[in-house]
Amino acid sequence: MLASSPRLRAVLMRLAQAIPVVIGVVVISFLLTRALPGDPAVYFAGVAADEASIEQTRVAMGLDKPLPVQFVHYVGDLLQGDLGQSLSSGRPVATDLANRLPASLELTLTALILAVITAVPLGVLAATRPGTWVDHLCRVVVTAGVSLPTFFTGILLIYIFYYLAGIAPSPLGRLDFIYLSPDHVTGFYLIDAALMGDWETWRGAAKQLVLPAATLALFTLAPIARMTRAAMLTALSSDFIRTARAAGLSKSVVLYRYAFRNALLPVVTTLGMVFSFALGANVLVEKVFAWPGIGSYAVEALVVSDYAAVQGFVLVMALLFVVLNLVIDLLYTAIDPRIGFEAR
Amino acid sequence: MSDLTPTDLPRRHGTLDHVFYVLRANPVTLIAFGMFAFLILSALFGPALVPYDPLATNAGNALQPPSWSHWFGTDQIGRDVFSRVIVATRLDLTISVAAVAISFVVGSILGCIAGYWGGWPDVILNRFLDTIMAFPLFVLAMGIVAALGNSVENIIYATAIINMPFYARLVRAEVNIRRDAGFVRAAKLAGSSDLRVLATQIFPNALPPMMVQVSLNLGWAILNAAGLSFIGLGVSPPIAEWGIMVAEGANFIVSGEWWLAVFPGLWLMFAVFTFNLLGDGLRDIVDPRKRT
Repeated sequence: MLASSPRLRAVLMRLAQAIPVVIGVVVISFLLTRALPGDPAVYFAGVAADEASIEQTRVAMGLDKPLPVQFVHYVGDLLQGDLGQSLSSGRPVATDLANRLPASLELTLTALILAVITAVPLGVLAATRPGTWVDHLCRVVVTAGVSLPTFFTGILLIYIFYYLAGIAPSPLGRLDFIYLSPDHVTGFYLIDAALMGDWETWRGAAKQLVLPAATLALFTLAPIARMTRAAMLTALSSDFIRTARAAGLSKSVVLYRYAFRNALLPVVTTLGMVFSFALGANVLVEKVFAWPGIGSYAVEALVVSDYAAVQGFVLVMALLFVVLNLVIDLLYTAIDPRIGFEAR
Repeated sequence: MSDLTPTDLPRRHGTLDHVFYVLRANPVTLIAFGMFAFLILSALFGPALVPYDPLATNAGNALQPPSWSHWFGTDQIGRDVFSRVIVATRLDLTISVAAVAISFVVGSILGCIAGYWGGWPDVILNRFLDTIMAFPLFVLAMGIVAALGNSVENIIYATAIINMPFYARLVRAEVNIRRDAGFVRAAKLAGSSDLRVLATQIFPNALPPMMVQVSLNLGWAILNAAGLSFIGLGVSPPIAEWGIMVAEGANFIVSGEWWLAVFPGLWLMFAVFTFNLLGDGLRDIVDPRKRT
């Protein structure tokens, strides 16, 4: 039955391919937790620990056992959703991360959507009108975008829009203190506020979101615009476009139905790399805007050497990235009808 | 692209001509080389030339806006921002150059082994690289620094590790397509050992694309290192470094003292921009077809 649907088979194949990657990610995360400077037992036992309590911690954490056994324990803990205890907050790392993840996702997804809806049209316009101002604008944006350090863009935007123009709210978190945060449904303030019908809060949350999302979007739109332009140029110069033109198809049909759909494939492929950069840049943007997401959580944890929190963060980010890549590839099979058959 | 072999000297002369031709045709690349020279000079001679001691505090002269005596103003404890920005060039370039050099060497060795002999080392290397690339790279760098300890050397190692896959993959591909080439067989017939063939006949062919990668990577490595120190990793406060200067200046931007963060940020941008331009220019020299 499965074999009868080549596309379903392709999807399952792709899902299977993600398994070794996840295993690799878990192994590296494990090695990172065990590579702590000095003796992890001394560290986790606390400052006031004596010889006996360090030994006790070592046994309690299973650090006296050989590495493979420790790894099995580590995986067992992971499967139960246990990422260890955060020293700074006193709560389980998994709880902390789960509380803060929606803030990060809201920021990153808004930024990515912003980036895609500006970069793709920009790239298409630049490719269809080479040598015009759109093309030059595209080139400037692309070059500046990859050279701009995200944290610096963020600070510049704060200076311009908060200090000089006074339009933006103070860059401190997701919601000004005059608003109450909306009831927790999805954790995305924009969605939650809209569900409550509380448009006042929605506007407040949106205002806070604009600058950090724009900062992140400026950074991510460069590679997307560059790739869209290149892919459109390749598609437009290929034979099937010439044929379509010669057959007398209208300009818009040639451009959107023929060239654009083909150009979309390499663009979707680069999205994976873009996500990698976006998730990294997310940490910096969260720090600049005091955004209460998992990135700033990790930064705070780093400052106080709260290693369990940092390692949990790294693992969650990596798994998030694997999932995002998976979604991209599944999207790929959805927009490219050939993929399903090739995988046979 | 011409394959460089020892008997190829006349053609290498042609390459030099090609370089001059590209530089003439593309003045932007020439400017990039000029900017690069400026960066190198400020890294080498900057500390000797700057008007003030980058660490000297002067509380009576704190938070002064840019003026003739302090071109980039002064910071919250009266240090000269211009001197600090110029002096920081050496540290930032050292971190990124060291990191890229390590990833270049390690990536080349791993890529050569995997590309030339294939088999299980190849499979293992690919799995390993896939796993590294499965992490958001900046996040992985954070994790590595957190695990190894918070120091400048570990920033270098972390940056090297996250850049290494790009080199290893490039070298692997370049070596792999040439392992059975005619000149390689000829060298083997002439009695050269595998290692010798690899080092003298095959690997040099991977160098031109590697140079492009190095240049683009340097910009990225600087951004990465500055990002890490921006979040408080690696370089510790009194030392001048662009990322940490932007981080410190960020506290003053909301009260209008823009020069603290803007100048180091601009310099950082300038450095990254230089390496990106240089990389694009080198790509034109190495492979004119890939021009976008």
